[in-house]
Amino acid sequence: MAKITFVTSDGERTTVEAESGTVMALAVENNIKGIDGDCGGVCSCATCHVFVEPEDIETTGRASDIEEDMLELDDNANEYSRLSCQLEIDDSLDGIVLQVAK
Amino acid sequence: MEVTKTKTCVIIGASHAGVNCAFNLRKEGWGGAIKMYDADPYLPYHRPPLSKAYLTSDDGLDKNLLKSAEAYEKEEIDLNLGVKVNSINRENQTIVLEDDTVTKYDKLVIATGARPIIPPIPGIDTAKHVFPLRTATDVTNIKETFQSLTSKNIVVIGGGYIGLETAASLKKLGADVTILEREARILQRVTAPLMSDYFNQLHDENGVSVLTGKNVNAIQVEDNSNIVSCSDGSEFKADMIIVGVGIFVNKELAEASGIVVKNGILVNAQTQTNDENIYAIGDCSFHHNPHFDRYVRLESVQNAVDQSKVAAASICGNTPTYDTIPWFWSDQYDVKLQMVGLSEGYNEVIKREEADGKSFSVWYFKDDELLAVDAVNNAKAYVFGTKFIKDSLQVDKVKLSNSDTPMKLGELKLV
Repeated sequence: MAKITFVTSDGERTTVEAESGTVMALAVENNIKGIDGDCGGVCSCATCHVFVEPEDIETTGRASDIEEDMLELDDNANEYSRLSCQLEIDDSLDGIVLQVAK
Repeated sequence: MEVTKTKTCVIIGASHAGVNCAFNLRKEGWGGAIKMYDADPYLPYHRPPLSKAYLTSDDGLDKNLLKSAEAYEKEEIDLNLGVKVNSINRENQTIVLEDDTVTKYDKLVIATGARPIIPPIPGIDTAKHVFPLRTATDVTNIKETFQSLTSKNIVVIGGGYIGLETAASLKKLGADVTILEREARILQRVTAPLMSDYFNQLHDENGVSVLTGKNVNAIQVEDNSNIVSCSDGSEFKADMIIVGVGIFVNKELAEASGIVVKNGILVNAQTQTNDENIYAIGDCSFHHNPHFDRYVRLESVQNAVDQSKVAAASICGNTPTYDTIPWFWSDQYDVKLQMVGLSEGYNEVIKREEADGKSFSVWYFKDDELLAVDAVNNAKAYVFGTKFIKDSLQVDKVKLSNSDTPMKLGELKLV
């Protein structure tokens, strides 16, 4: 079980729990503002962009090549950017905080 | 929004466009009622995975939802599923449901989408195991039938994206798949010949037989199976038949109520029809694309989602305009195709192959204007194509075709 905290761009904090699935699906399930997941989680739309806290980036890992390429569409992307459809939930993600990009 | 508190927005159709519109209405501050209706009985789901991952996985529909059931409750969206709308009465501003219930609207959004064409092939009505692929029910039927079959010869009629994706998925499940395409090449309507060739070869390599110039003209039942016949005399055994030959727009409700319909329901830049209180969004809308300066009807998630934002803002009293570059994607086997722009009207195609040997992109030009990019396993080309098209930047074609030129704006831009 992992507790994951989302912080939206207007400052709303929501902490939710899950055992599996993607972070994007978890966010959509809980109606987190700014995470749309329009393509359903196949890394095709870049509408699930989050910033990982710097201290958590080792845990989540950095963006893969395809994520990095897709993130070029977003001028705000930085080295802590991930597309949350590519973040699979497991116990190791317990306690991470994700800032929603838009 | 105080003024909207006593008002009702009715949305007909609860798929990508309708559902997103409902949630966007709340984001825009709509304070009144939101009532949605859809004949599909399932909690609204993502459609693109139906022919791809959903068909091949054991995951239930709950892994594939647009929004959770709680999200509708939280946003006070009244979702009425398995309910067919029979008519729109513009004079009274009401809709009538199949059980004759009348619902009043102040604003109405038509997001009725489209339905698969079942071509009038002699014998298709009585043939065994014939399915289109558009809804979750279709996929359930396909999956259940597939599991029950002892012999698994599958004929896919139509070599468009739905047909190709379904073929790839069924192959993965262990079927013997034959695609019958009427035209001289698959994807003829939407891509350049070299893309058709690429996908033809991809399916060949994966053991799916792609046959072009095949006009199916009869289907006969034989035992628990079918014989599919083509006008050139060829015959194919089919234990199951998938029909993917295109769609009809669900425009009848609009048409019957006197809303202007052309190749789809005609809307302005605010997605408004000729009736100021009625909007049409998603696959059913026929709209002007400012960048390409022509009217289009698009079957895509992008169009559904983006139009839902415009409609919601417009209904809430703002004046946004719909101005986006269309994009699409398709997954077949382990190949990811991403497309941006509209290639229609191109007169030059440049293929760029990357050094890794498995990714490439096809760039469609009309003279010096970049119209569209098809990117295969190449998100970078898709992303830069998007930037070039959006900002109407000119591409240095010589540099583009040389894979030694890095895929960067500064490198590829003609100055």
